[in-house]
Amino acid sequence: MDAKFEYLLRQGDNALILSQQLSQLCGKGPALEEDMALTNVALDLLGQTRLWLTYAGEIEGHGRDEDRLAYLRDARDFRNCLLVEQPNGDYAQTLTRQFLFDTWHYFLMRGLLASSDRRIAEIAEKSIKEVTYHLRRSGDLVVRLGDGTDVSHRKMQDALDDLWTYAGEMFIYDDVDQAMVEAGVAPAAAPLRDAFLGHVAEVLAEATLAMPSLDVYFQRGGKQGRHTERLGYILAEMQFLQRAYPGVEW
Amino acid sequence: MVTVVDASPVTAAQVWTWLGEVPDPEIPVISVVDLGIVRDVTVADDGECTVTITPTYSGCPAMEVIAADIERALRERGVGSLRIATRLSPAWTTDWMSDAGKAALTSYGIAPPVQQVIDISALSHGVKRHAIAQPVVACPHCGSTHTRVTSQFGSTPCKALYQCLDCREPFDYFKCH
Repeated sequence: MDAKFEYLLRQGDNALILSQQLSQLCGKGPALEEDMALTNVALDLLGQTRLWLTYAGEIEGHGRDEDRLAYLRDARDFRNCLLVEQPNGDYAQTLTRQFLFDTWHYFLMRGLLASSDRRIAEIAEKSIKEVTYHLRRSGDLVVRLGDGTDVSHRKMQDALDDLWTYAGEMFIYDDVDQAMVEAGVAPAAAPLRDAFLGHVAEVLAEATLAMPSLDVYFQRGGKQGRHTERLGYILAEMQFLQRAYPGVEW
Repeated sequence: MVTVVDASPVTAAQVWTWLGEVPDPEIPVISVVDLGIVRDVTVADDGECTVTITPTYSGCPAMEVIAADIERALRERGVGSLRIATRLSPAWTTDWMSDAGKAALTSYGIAPPVQQVIDISALSHGVKRHAIAQPVVACPHCGSTHTRVTSQFGSTPCKALYQCLDCREPFDYFKCH
């Protein structure tokens, strides 16, 4: 197992699965502006997916391109964290999932700007500008809805409490992550986690939302290919065309 | 042995001029050169022309159309040996947009970017979010700076939605990037 290939798949799969989920909301956003924001974020993430998976395929060296990696792997071969495969749910859940992901994504990309792997640093340099906009938007909305009406406040707190158990997996480093840290490719877990928690705490305080306890069991396994049942349904829809009509192009 | 003979050798300066006539597919009043997408043009000794372009946003669906438009424009002008390369770094920034391009955007009804590049550090831990300075964007219709953002995301990845509070017109703002 090539650690860098695994690490690249994790980045690509996080962006791909979240992009797919956000794309399902196209035309269904609660307001026109939100509909456009969701699909713009989905598009950015899809573009980033292409950069990650193309590089992953080159590192693997078996001739798999971005499309083969996206459309012809089964759930056990996906390396996304469990957070991004959580259901869209109501808008509080969609937004809270996005805010937690954006915050982690933002600080990870900042860390990867200094990666010893030049190609990874270049992808981070491209992505960070987009991710900065994503995080500004999701942070602003968490504040507006958290510090909004009684109903919006309650929904946001419920979504946060529900999703919190998925907010720790990104900082639980395994052998793959550790090998990348030692090679100077990836940032260490502790400062990344501190930056994440610092920003989340700051936004939640402004949003009058209670920060959930850190003393919980954080769900894990996605990075190693052990997913929730839901990923299978996401892939069934995303991969249908290539499964039904192998090799079809347009 | 087959030898490809061009009608006449092209120069990089000629190619730049021709590329200046290739419009952006989504904002046709601005050329791909004025937008800052074309990063380099070289003509090798054997006559092969290489045009290096950089994506604006990583998911921008216009990139493939832009590459095809560039290829068509140069082939029509007799460039036989052509290669289009993509370069990721340094990442595209609105700072590369020419003044002519910004003026064309304004007359087209899109407010041009007002800062040079997006400040990616403005969300770092310890920096208060609401302390982030919002850009002062002038309405492309009446010129008033009494405007407000209605959505950070607009009809394409590169734009935000604004409204003028004086003439009341909504308008697109080309985001700093």
